[in-house]
Amino acid sequence: MSAFREVPAFAGDLPSFEDHDNQEVRHTTCYMCACRCGIRVTLEDGHIRFIQGTPGHPVNDGVICAKGSAGAMKQESPARLRNPLRRRPGSERGAGEFEEISWDEALDTLTRRLRRIRAEDPKKFAYFTGRDQMQALTGLFAMQFGTINFAAHGGFCSVNMAAAGAYTVGQTFWEFADPDFDRTRYFLLWGVAEDHASNPIKLGIDKVKRRGAKFVYINPVRTGYGAIADQWVPIRPGSDGMLALSMIHVLLARGLIDEEYLVRYTNAPHLVIDAPGDPDHGLMAAAGDIPEGWREGHPLVWDLEKEGFVDGYGAGIKPALVGEYELPDGRRAKTVMRLVLEKYLDERFAPAQAAEICGVPADTIETLALEMAHVAFHQTIEVPCEWTDWAGRHHDSFKGRPVSMHAMRGISAHSNGFDTCRAIHLLQTLLGTLDVPGGHRAKPSYPKRIPPSNKPAREMAPDTPLDANPLGYPLGPEHLCIDDNGQPTRIDKAYSWDAPLAAHGLIQNVITNAVNGDPYSIDTLLVFMANLSWNSSMDSEGVMNRLQERDADGEYKLPFLVVVDAFDSEMVQFADLVLPDTTYLERYDALSLLDRPPSEPDAIVDSVRVPVLEPDRNVRPWQDVMVDLAARLGFPAFVDEAGEPKYRDYKDFIVNYEKAPGIGFLAGWRGRDGGTPLKGEPNPDQWARYAENECYFRWELPLSMQFYKFANKEYLDLAKEMKFIRDCEEPVSLHLYSQVMQRFRLAGEGVYDGPRPADAADAERLASCFDPLPDWHEPLEHARVDPDEFPFRAVTQRPMMQYHSWDSQNPWLRQILSHNDLYMNRARGEALGLADGDWVWLESHHARVRARLRLMEGTQPDTVWTWNAIAKRPGTWGLAADAPEARDGFLMNHLISERLPTPDGGRMYANADPVTGQAAWYDLRVRVRKVDADETGAWPLPAAAAGLPGEPGPPGRLRYHTHRAVNLRRSFLDTLLRKKT
Amino acid sequence: MRLGLMIDVDNCVGCHACAVACKSWNTSGTTGPLTDYMPHGEEPSGVWFNRIRHYEVGSYPDDNTVNLPMSCFHCKDADCVTVCPTGASWKREEDGIVLVDQDKCMGCNLCAWACPYGARELDRASGTMKKCTLCVDRIYDEALPPEERLPACVIVCPTHARLFGDYDDPDSEVSRRSRERNGYVMLPELGYEPTNQYLPPRSRPAIPIDELQARRQGPSTLPERLRRWVNRAIAR
Repeated sequence: MSAFREVPAFAGDLPSFEDHDNQEVRHTTCYMCACRCGIRVTLEDGHIRFIQGTPGHPVNDGVICAKGSAGAMKQESPARLRNPLRRRPGSERGAGEFEEISWDEALDTLTRRLRRIRAEDPKKFAYFTGRDQMQALTGLFAMQFGTINFAAHGGFCSVNMAAAGAYTVGQTFWEFADPDFDRTRYFLLWGVAEDHASNPIKLGIDKVKRRGAKFVYINPVRTGYGAIADQWVPIRPGSDGMLALSMIHVLLARGLIDEEYLVRYTNAPHLVIDAPGDPDHGLMAAAGDIPEGWREGHPLVWDLEKEGFVDGYGAGIKPALVGEYELPDGRRAKTVMRLVLEKYLDERFAPAQAAEICGVPADTIETLALEMAHVAFHQTIEVPCEWTDWAGRHHDSFKGRPVSMHAMRGISAHSNGFDTCRAIHLLQTLLGTLDVPGGHRAKPSYPKRIPPSNKPAREMAPDTPLDANPLGYPLGPEHLCIDDNGQPTRIDKAYSWDAPLAAHGLIQNVITNAVNGDPYSIDTLLVFMANLSWNSSMDSEGVMNRLQERDADGEYKLPFLVVVDAFDSEMVQFADLVLPDTTYLERYDALSLLDRPPSEPDAIVDSVRVPVLEPDRNVRPWQDVMVDLAARLGFPAFVDEAGEPKYRDYKDFIVNYEKAPGIGFLAGWRGRDGGTPLKGEPNPDQWARYAENECYFRWELPLSMQFYKFANKEYLDLAKEMKFIRDCEEPVSLHLYSQVMQRFRLAGEGVYDGPRPADAADAERLASCFDPLPDWHEPLEHARVDPDEFPFRAVTQRPMMQYHSWDSQNPWLRQILSHNDLYMNRARGEALGLADGDWVWLESHHARVRARLRLMEGTQPDTVWTWNAIAKRPGTWGLAADAPEARDGFLMNHLISERLPTPDGGRMYANADPVTGQAAWYDLRVRVRKVDADETGAWPLPAAAAGLPGEPGPPGRLRYHTHRAVNLRRSFLDTLLRKKT
Repeated sequence: MRLGLMIDVDNCVGCHACAVACKSWNTSGTTGPLTDYMPHGEEPSGVWFNRIRHYEVGSYPDDNTVNLPMSCFHCKDADCVTVCPTGASWKREEDGIVLVDQDKCMGCNLCAWACPYGARELDRASGTMKKCTLCVDRIYDEALPPEERLPACVIVCPTHARLFGDYDDPDSEVSRRSRERNGYVMLPELGYEPTNQYLPPRSRPAIPIDELQARRQGPSTLPERLRRWVNRAIAR
């Protein structure tokens, strides 16, 4: 606890307010959003007395956000599912007519169906999940089933961030790396919807502010963290990439880059073949032969001392950073840094040009870049510590350039988001700020090899597990999931020419593709915790209609839909089979290093949830059900030779499953006696050890391992031992230049020596959108609609008290916000003749909605925005049909098309980033006009959903408490004397 | 002793963590439950001791957003106490906490009319007035570890924008910070002498860039710029 928190010494004569003997304190991990904060839960008579942050917890150190504090209300929700449900035979899908069935019947039904699919054609089963953070298990389930049609929700969320990091610097934002808040002197926060890391970033901003470091907020909207930023940079949505590249232009024009860092730790000096028209133009010149099996070869560099070519991975070499040379085969080659200079010194990236695109004054762009340079190069810090680099050389300190950044969905959810995130990483790299003191520090198991070595699974066979995870990182067209005709083999078209580096899949297109039989029809879609018929789809109304489409025989085009959820969501309404999950307070969970690591930059961390409450409904944790189903279906990893289940339940699975010898889901207290951290035999007592330790495991890296992890021998040895980094002999070399991108460009240009697209439209996209160095292109929707007709850029953000939350029905949180308006810059609105409070039509090229307008100062004039996912379908989430969420809100998703506007006869593409398939929902262009005199109120208002069996109606009043209040009485004498003080 | 809260407006991001933690603690606290009306219905509302206001100041692009948590200020000269006809409202002599004795309160709302800060709320279910107690049922609870004997709002604040302490003690953290950062009270001209204070924005950090600006190279062609680049021998 901080020193400024003081305890009063004088109590006076007070009653005993709390009956502590009747209370019990338990620890677990929060799941009101995806941060994984530790929580301390005080229970009284089986109810929650109080939830607070776990003091000393590596993620939240005792603090907790509004969502976390409202956890008690989750347990009170009338929307909690109570029993497995089956759509009543003969009723229409989506009519909400369900009947309760037993778990045996539910699982028998599902097992029969899945067994048949698995034996006939495993790809006919698709499994997509929401924000689960248990992909290590859900992915294993899909692998063992043998279907490549698996992904989580990243395609709709922030795959651009994950993929850009994976292909550039081996780490990225949030779960994979964090600003060094303890040391940074300059902090840039890019983009709306920045609250992905709720408590960690708030704790960090406090440190930044208290140290007097500068905090710059680059965002079209000034809310939330913007309130306390030192500088707000209002920017047009979708132009952040140009801003970053223009800053790079400013730095390069003055030579303000970290040359030592670039030579030592990046591919800046590596030579790139310059032979336009050749199949290997733009690829790395190799030192020696390229090894078999698609391993990347060693790069070639020019050694300044030897005046000759040497292996770029050699120690002690003195590579030329900038140059152009003749290769032994007579062709020309340029260093990556030379290409960087050629590209970004171009006047196209000069601040004056960028200002036109970003709406940010040229002076501001220049000033921000120079401020960062000043901090990086004139406020350099050193952390004294002996450490050993990858080549075994000793150093006595870590040099730090204390400039740091954070970015998330505001950057990601654009069709240029992959390159924008790469541009930010390029900026970080040129300044030498990645994984250094004060910079942006990787969280173990990151950094990874660039890109990670796993490739997406492609081969399927009946009753056979996949030989790889469905999700991975292609190195080139050879690794795409396409058939001999170049057609997608995945239902979501991930890893096809449409979205070659779709590292998280495209959940947003699954339903539409399956219903349209494009690329093929499937039998069963299982959705866990993803609201695909509402706020996790584009064109929500279209998706709802498609779920009800039937073929000529009267059968649903998507034959069977299984929804697993804890609450009566919009998606549940369309299910054929509903499997009710528990709440987060009622189950075991492993937040694993095999998944997105809960680690901090200075410590390996994982954590668990343990039940603090018993479910009072006929519900089962989905993890347990998956382990059960896996055994029923006879998955090899889940049954023994006799076909008997290997694991009793999820808890047993987590303890005993080993991904590799000694490596399991949880890294804490391994070994039979729990004495071996990180790697060791399964420990039958592991769950108990976690529970004793407040449900987290923290193994602090020695200081000598904490920085430059990509080139730090001690850390890399540990990372290889732990299999964080695989198939990598060399240090991780940061990629300014991506030859993976160049391979796809060559394929588009028709010269690549490997798979090439047959369709000219595909070829054109690859040639124009795949650049080995990050570029900026106009968001695709912007380029395809008339900017005069649709002058505004429309974006959304989640309010902090509901960010990543699954709980719009939460009575405490919805008292803070239960409807959403449309926000516009005041002067801009008044110039259009609009007034605060007007009802307006908000129209895109695809659809229109009616919303109430609010005028405010803190919005960039070309932008309108609203709070996302507040609006609900009437009758869902246990809310009254006339709740403001259903009556006064609007869903921006209705306006967003799943497809790009397409000229007649043109090739249809998803409204997505052409590189990763990331849903480009922030590319939306709209116009705003006042409603006609006879029009008012929100529109559309979907039909109300029917209540589920056994669902209680909303109570009129809630008086939640766990014990009778002990009143503090004013004494009679005090009353008589009427003392005021 | 004069106990109160201090809110650093320069750190407050308006996240409502303090408000919900307050609700969560106090609904089972000394004046609980804090009733919610239509919790899942048409007009959700309820009793809260701490509400966050959001304001905009100035005009685009020089505007600012201000988040302002407001709860009872535990005024030195508290009119809500003076006007109370039943003697339910009182200010504790020991520590200055203003409380409402739930057994004496008849819910007449006079105190709410008297309070210019909107700190008092009528619980329509109990028919009594309720307000911030400074978590009197936490701060003196010896069963809690000493570091947790704090108001719930202070414990949870993710940006550490909230402090709690004794304003009568010149060496307390709140007094010290008030001096250092020019702490202020809300509407002092009304004369109620609020105890709780706010801290205004800090001065913005200045980063000198003149020297770097001077390195600006005149317009030149790309080949010229590239030629100007001199490789240094840096050992990998």
